Amino acid sequence: MTEIKLEERITVALAKLILDPSAPPARHIAVGAASPMPAAACWLVKKQGNPVRLSLLHKRSGNPFTEGTRELFDLTGQGRIDLFFLGGGQIDGSANLNLVGTGEWPGMGVRFPGSFGSAFMYFMTPRTILFREEHTPRVFVEKVDNISAPGVSPPGVFRRGTAQALVTGRCVFRFHPDRARFSLESVHPGETVESVRDATGFAFDVAGDVPFTPDPTPEELALLRGPICDEMMETYPEFCTRVFGRKQAA
Amino acid sequence: MNPISLEALAAEVPDGAMLALPPDNSLPSVALAKALIRRGVRNLRLVGVPVSGFATDILIGAGCVTSVQTSAVSLGEAGFAPRFSAALRAGKIKVIDATCPAIHTMLQAAEKGVPFMPLRGLIGSDILANRPDWKVVPNPFATNGEDPIVLLPALNPDFVCFHALMADEEGNVWVGRRRECATIAHASKRALVTVERVVPGNFLEDERLASGAINATYISGIAIAERGARPVALLDEYGFDGAYVSEYARMARSEEGFAAWCAREVFEQKAQAAE
Repeated sequence: MTEIKLEERITVALAKLILDPSAPPARHIAVGAASPMPAAACWLVKKQGNPVRLSLLHKRSGNPFTEGTRELFDLTGQGRIDLFFLGGGQIDGSANLNLVGTGEWPGMGVRFPGSFGSAFMYFMTPRTILFREEHTPRVFVEKVDNISAPGVSPPGVFRRGTAQALVTGRCVFRFHPDRARFSLESVHPGETVESVRDATGFAFDVAGDVPFTPDPTPEELALLRGPICDEMMETYPEFCTRVFGRKQAA
Repeated sequence: MNPISLEALAAEVPDGAMLALPPDNSLPSVALAKALIRRGVRNLRLVGVPVSGFATDILIGAGCVTSVQTSAVSLGEAGFAPRFSAALRAGKIKVIDATCPAIHTMLQAAEKGVPFMPLRGLIGSDILANRPDWKVVPNPFATNGEDPIVLLPALNPDFVCFHALMADEEGNVWVGRRRECATIAHASKRALVTVERVVPGNFLEDERLASGAINATYISGIAIAERGARPVALLDEYGFDGAYVSEYARMARSEEGFAAWCAREVFEQKAQAAE
């Protein structure tokens, strides 16, 4: 199995952003619901020997929280969680997130599951990495139909941080809170600035030549497909079977 | 406290009750949700603490629900919750959106017996814009500027239902580290709990069990329901039955498919068990 899966590429791109030396340190990372790629990226960072504490909200055995799930939000409220991951059914060019649905409130067009903790976590973590594999104009829109969590806040509203970056199935965007815009950081092999522009409903900045997102190394792939898959099998069996080819126990 | 039958426990919940349910990673009583469907309860106002899963979707599909206050409704890896989505689209249920820590905070206010509690975040979200019951005030302790902050009213559900691993002779129930069940039990008027088994003794006399127990003072009724969380996982007792939920997700895409699933899994299963 040598072919690199898109999920593996996204996972490794997420891991590089976690370790980004220009971002605030990630000593304690939390991963929420429905986030197999962020969970795998965190495991990769940890299994590469970096000192990081992982709190995986949906881990059944050995769950880190002994006060129920509210403990995640209490920890984050205090500033003890350095990094969180969020996705969205729609994400716009100002990093506003819509996890509620399209059309009139509360999602009378297509209803998404709901906002989860986004309206709190996005404000209270020093940095958030956004991820969404589907990179199409219906996901990356000029303006979201409904705001679950705003990308930036006016002065005077308490907020510890914003999005750091957005990783998609086509590229990596960097977010600039000062101007509330994304810039294109790298494109995955097979993509170009133009193909990304065609698939994106919002305007973004491009500075100079945009490099390709690097391939995962053989060492990274071996970690993902072996020990990291082992760690994730209980929480994300469908993902592990589909991406890593792991057979589910009967 | 003597256990009663599952059907008798379900009969305790009147039509129109506000009923809080934990999500699929935190001890929902799917057995009791199925018993509520069999009892034909109507107009439930569900609260997802802090999100909603399988039990909520089947109650909506069976026409038991008039509103859902929650931060999300999902079947996890099996995808969107089909009967929830269909009912919202058809205008059959009212959805009151929240965000996870807001649900916890409103229950914690009820737990403390105070009328409201503040929460950070939320400002600029359309969740807040659609919650006339939530208010933004200046932080009265701010030393620098106005510092707007959201106040959330206490939430005091009529009932909470969940599935604990076990009860003891005194009616204490044991949920291990899933302490949100304790918060909901403290905040709700009545807690109805299904358990795998009843064991001799008193958890509160055992230092190792006491911290995972909920005192019987908060518990209004207990029924034994073996495998009562199924298809959802129960602590380290049994795992999540992904195949069962995937089949449900497929069948429940249509109203007819849901009806067939419900006839087989809610009504026939019970009839077989009674034989």
